Amino acid sequence: MKILIRDGIVVTNEYEKKQNIFIEDGIITKLEENYLAEADLVLNAEGSYVLPGLVDAHCHLRDPGFEYKEDIVSGTKSAAMGGFTSVACMANTNPVADNKAVIRYIIDKAQREGYVHVFPIGAMTKGLKGEELAEIGEMKQAGIVAISDDGRCVENSSVMKKVMQYAKMFDVAVICHCEDSYLVEEGVMNEGALSTQMGLRGISKASEEIMIARDIILSKQLGVPIHICHVSTAFGVEIIKNAKRNGIQVTAETCPHYFTLTEDACKGYNTMAKVNPPLRNKEDVEAIIKGLCDGTIDIIATDHAPHHMNEKNVEFDIAANGLVGFETALPLSFTALVKTGYMSMSQLVQKMSTKPAEILRIDKGRIMEGKMADITIFNPNIDYVIDVDKFVSKSKNSPFNGFPVSGKVTTTIVNGKPTQRDGSFVL
Amino acid sequence: MKLNKKDVLGISELTADEISSVLDIASIMKKIILSGTKKTNYLRGKTVLTLFYENSTRTRVSFELAAKYLSADTININVSTSSVAKGETLIDTGKTLDSMGADIIIIRHSMSGAPHLLAKNVNSSVINAGDGMHEHPTQALLDMFTIREYYKSLKGLKVAIIGDIYHSRVARSNIMGLIKMGAKPVIFGPSTLIPTEIESMGAKLSPTIDDALYQADVVMGLRMQLERQKHALFPTKNEYAKFFGLNESNMYLAKENALWMHPGPVNRGVEMSSNVIDGRNSVINEQVTNGIAVRMALLYMLSGKESKKEVNYNNIISIPMQEVYA
Repeated sequence: MKILIRDGIVVTNEYEKKQNIFIEDGIITKLEENYLAEADLVLNAEGSYVLPGLVDAHCHLRDPGFEYKEDIVSGTKSAAMGGFTSVACMANTNPVADNKAVIRYIIDKAQREGYVHVFPIGAMTKGLKGEELAEIGEMKQAGIVAISDDGRCVENSSVMKKVMQYAKMFDVAVICHCEDSYLVEEGVMNEGALSTQMGLRGISKASEEIMIARDIILSKQLGVPIHICHVSTAFGVEIIKNAKRNGIQVTAETCPHYFTLTEDACKGYNTMAKVNPPLRNKEDVEAIIKGLCDGTIDIIATDHAPHHMNEKNVEFDIAANGLVGFETALPLSFTALVKTGYMSMSQLVQKMSTKPAEILRIDKGRIMEGKMADITIFNPNIDYVIDVDKFVSKSKNSPFNGFPVSGKVTTTIVNGKPTQRDGSFVL
Repeated sequence: MKLNKKDVLGISELTADEISSVLDIASIMKKIILSGTKKTNYLRGKTVLTLFYENSTRTRVSFELAAKYLSADTININVSTSSVAKGETLIDTGKTLDSMGADIIIIRHSMSGAPHLLAKNVNSSVINAGDGMHEHPTQALLDMFTIREYYKSLKGLKVAIIGDIYHSRVARSNIMGLIKMGAKPVIFGPSTLIPTEIESMGAKLSPTIDDALYQADVVMGLRMQLERQKHALFPTKNEYAKFFGLNESNMYLAKENALWMHPGPVNRGVEMSSNVIDGRNSVINEQVTNGIAVRMALLYMLSGKESKKEVNYNNIISIPMQEVYA
């Protein structure tokens, strides 16, 4: 099959310019201004950005075990809808992805029925318990790209040290969920004036920052590169900045909700805004944006965390943490970071495609002749209001319902196939 | 006079005028209670349910008596034996009670915001009888009623609130209410039991207990929740009593006629000594009586909200309004 994408502005991590892309049998064979050739499908991208397919280094597909929230089919559809062509899914499934059988299941199902590339992340420790090493070698052979106990922090520093030492041999990314659960206690939202007024137990910023610092110190000592998940606080950014300045091999991610929302979204006991780490204050949002701009924070991930309405339509204290992110990440990031002038489109591509691919050590995130064609066409001129009922994901838990945004993904091409076009899917 | 709202979920949602109206009506209700007859017809044909997810004796009994004095039909839902124990959600329980025709549901819950969730999902009126560490509006109303009875007005009064502020919904509701009514709440407690940025609510945080008590018009002790001790928030009851307890050796710092209050139940000898609890300025037992009056007022003011016709209660209440407002 031959596809011609014409008249769009190709944005890579290095440049933004008008180029046509010609794809033959899944591979980009021509990348050239005004290039024209016979094709089975011509996609007119005039006025749109043509991006390397987005790469999400942090999501939850809930499969196996929680298919009522999401599964590999609905999750990858949702990803394709949002312009993601590769997603790395976390290990907190049931059974936990801490062994090769579960990893094989995810990879096989994704290959058969998935709409985008799925790269599983294996657990660091058996059962995510933070006690014994999981079979990282076996899982690496089965196809994991990274390890993480995301959702939980490896509380015991000695275990975390061994995780890093052991992972180094197998060349997998080490993704750290940083949270001192003793400090969090039973906290459910950011600690501060609002948690005091609402009578909710607070989660201090220190609980996150302490573990960021610990993991950086271990990384420094062992020379093992680490990646810090979902940074939400200003001082967390500061710690990472310092580490980078000192040559420690640390990368960091944040999520769109940490630079678009503050704890105020929790007002009225709005469980849609309950997420871990919690939404913080204005100064944190500003620091996150600054950190993204100056390169301290390397990537934007979704932390796509689907939950059934039944798990959100309850008392705030017992509501599930997390929000769905695939279908809102790019429009939110574009609206909050590019339209406002904080960064260029090319920088955003770096944060959402090129760099996450690098961190996961996968050959994605670039538009180049000779590469497999994973491409996202994004029209920045469409203004609309986010409507959760239109999400393709099984779950609708988003605090962004009713948010005005700019930009919509119109086409998602995976392996040279237009998987998603204006909301229609082809496997 | 009715409240122009479906629910009473917190002091934060009431204006100073609304608070004054509740207190005004409560003084009428208090007269009814003290008259000895105690029975009125204002809520005849109405159903009042108490739905308590947390143990309580005084608040539940107080609400139930208040409803009975107004001739409402009352039912107490004992949560441990109800379907809640079978895992039913709050919303489902609420909708069931709603469908059974409850006019007013009074809820107490260990989780902050639970009454708000219930209120959003039922047609019945909802009164918050205490949610988590958030609000306890009827306690604050009865406290303000008690203070106002003695001082006529709350304006400018220094109200010292002493103890476990962190876990206290009573403290939060009182702080908000007192500020709305022009009083000056001052708080003090062990620093591990003072919530972050409490001063954002308008209360002044005192550096010492002496400073908090000095020249106070009202001193409010808070219940020390002894089960919290395991969270390493304070070392022992003995140490708590010594440094944070109210007793004859520090109460003299308050004004001579200051009111001594406590929402109950009291841990004698921990947050308050027996000499204070039973002392000359203690109004703790009066607070209990006033609680019924305030709850009667609220029930009355919430019931029949849907009827467009304003009830002329000059006709139905035998005590003329002029006397109340005099």
